[in-house]
Amino acid sequence: MIPARYQWPIGIVVLVVAALLPFVTTSFETSQILTRALILGIAASSLIFLASLGGGVSLAQTGMYGLAGFLFGNFVAADGGATMAIGIYPALALAIVGTVLVSLIIGLISSRSEGIYFLMITLAFGVIIKLIFEKATDLSGFGGINNIPAPSFLGNTTTDPNNLYWLALAISALVYLGVRYFARTPFGLAFQGVRDNPTRMRALGYNVIVLRTIAFGIGGLIAAISGLLNVWWLTEIAPGTIDVGPIIYLLLIAIIGGLYRIEGAWIGALIFAIIDNRLRSIHFVGDRTTTAIGVIFLLIVLLSPGGVMGIYESLVTRFRRPRTPGPTIASDDGTAASSVAGD
Amino acid sequence: MDEGTGLTAEVVSEAGPRVRLSGGTLFLFVVLLLAIVGVGIQAVHDLNLFAVVTLNGITLAGLYFIVASGFTMIFGLMRVVNMAHGSLYMLGGIVAYLIQQRMIPTDPTSFDLPQATLGSFLIPLILATLVVAIVGLIMQQVFLRWNQGQELRQALITIALSIIIADQAVAHFGGIAKQISTPFRESVHIPYIGMYGTMRLAGLIIAIVVGVLLLLLITRTRFGMVVRAGVDDRQMLSALGVNVQVVFAIAFLIGAFLAGLAGTLGGTINSVNKADDSKFLLISLVIVIIGGMGSLVGAAVGAVLLGLLDAYTAVYMPGDYSNYGIILTFVLLVVILAVRPFGLLGRAG
Repeated sequence: MIPARYQWPIGIVVLVVAALLPFVTTSFETSQILTRALILGIAASSLIFLASLGGGVSLAQTGMYGLAGFLFGNFVAADGGATMAIGIYPALALAIVGTVLVSLIIGLISSRSEGIYFLMITLAFGVIIKLIFEKATDLSGFGGINNIPAPSFLGNTTTDPNNLYWLALAISALVYLGVRYFARTPFGLAFQGVRDNPTRMRALGYNVIVLRTIAFGIGGLIAAISGLLNVWWLTEIAPGTIDVGPIIYLLLIAIIGGLYRIEGAWIGALIFAIIDNRLRSIHFVGDRTTTAIGVIFLLIVLLSPGGVMGIYESLVTRFRRPRTPGPTIASDDGTAASSVAGD
Repeated sequence: MDEGTGLTAEVVSEAGPRVRLSGGTLFLFVVLLLAIVGVGIQAVHDLNLFAVVTLNGITLAGLYFIVASGFTMIFGLMRVVNMAHGSLYMLGGIVAYLIQQRMIPTDPTSFDLPQATLGSFLIPLILATLVVAIVGLIMQQVFLRWNQGQELRQALITIALSIIIADQAVAHFGGIAKQISTPFRESVHIPYIGMYGTMRLAGLIIAIVVGVLLLLLITRTRFGMVVRAGVDDRQMLSALGVNVQVVFAIAFLIGAFLAGLAGTLGGTINSVNKADDSKFLLISLVIVIIGGMGSLVGAAVGAVLLGLLDAYTAVYMPGDYSNYGIILTFVLLVVILAVRPFGLLGRAG
């Protein structure tokens, strides 16, 4: 773990280097690898946020991400969406509010379960959201909503991807700092207490269900933001975007990065974007990129029990054996030494 | 949450769902009542249609039950959430189709299915089901045997396998839905209903037979006794000298067998489709979540609820809204979990 006093300087250096990257990469790389990694990273951070602070792996995050995109597409009445055109900014607000409301409902229901049950229930909700948009062609067009406009300050996101990249970078930084900050608020600490020992927290007078539900709503908010960036980036959204495959890819990203470190979301997303992009150019892989990704996924979960996986195995036992080091409050020099991962 | 599942709850006769008349249960009843009244008002206009739609729902439930019973059995005994269960279902249909194509190839100039005889129908069905059972067994032996108890890791491993199976299926089978040919193409006459597809009825009968056999296996045989004991306390069972690994292997074999059987039946009644894996994984998940995880009777109840819901929404949702039927599945899941967080027949923990 990096000492607390180096965290801010290192964070700023990483941010500056990342901000300057588009000047050395081609616009294809900026768009297809860097921007994609940032958007997927924000989405994965919502999963890691819930897994690290709350101890539950939610597979409904891809559904939230798609829901925000579909809502936005419908509100601005892009091709294939329902006709209820409103401006981009009201649509943006409504899409976020709608997604957070749905995630609060799903959170309220799934918060009563833990561990593998939580995973199954959130997966069911994630797939149901996809099926709703697949069947309800009034809302998703036939084969998706196309030509979704982005806010005008982004310019043309296809020909000039840099503005969108910088926006995604800024939002990534905000989400990262926000989650780190949240972990130290009284609410964030209570939420982590629920992860470590729900029974004790209940005895202390906390409403465990409400805590988990609100946190799930925050996870939905983060996923919604990345979902909006995604439709501005792709300019379209289809039910296939949130199918079981993408649901699993988001989990894969979180696993590559480490389910218990919020910065792992972006690291995992970057590795995933590079692998996904490079695999296509390998001759014998060709069209079978999905198989290759599946094999990589399988190797990761099979071969690294002590490394990456060792952390995940503790996820299930986490409910019985609370972790000893809670989040530290502040270090000597007053800077936050707290880590989301509670290293 | 490692102690106990519904597998035992249903064999002890008095341990049914503990119905308390709380506000939540009352709410569930009101919702159910509203749904029944809603369908009922429309049903009186055409009782024959209602009977046909109900039978559609029940036959669909039969197929759902075969898939979900395998899923719930594996979960109940081994705590393995087999995310590749839908893939095993799909594999059953694909293998049966491919074997049948070897026996009676489709005429490429014609859109009709080749005419199958009893042999060229049953042999692919049986072979494919056995192939899937063996694939499931290999899966368990190679990937799941040595990491028993690591629930999340096992779920992740089966997810990875399902990705690979799905992509290979598209590569070797193609994206177009196909159907397995059957000699039982005629309809039979049923009183009060009229003509009805033979295969759909056959599927229902097979589902009932499967359900009864499974229940007998769990309640009446030594193997079932061992399974029930394993559900309650794996370590103790092992300490008593039972070879738990053999029990697990057999249970996984049966679970995969059921997925394969359902896949071949589904491929005959409906179609063999590359999207079936995620569809039937969802169906298994929803049924098992509704019915209570690990409970066989719960799986039957969940299958009937989901089957009827699918059939009724397809016909009775007003006008343009029939596409939104899937939203009712969402509502059903939310309502049941709100009232009974562990499913209708599930046990806490």
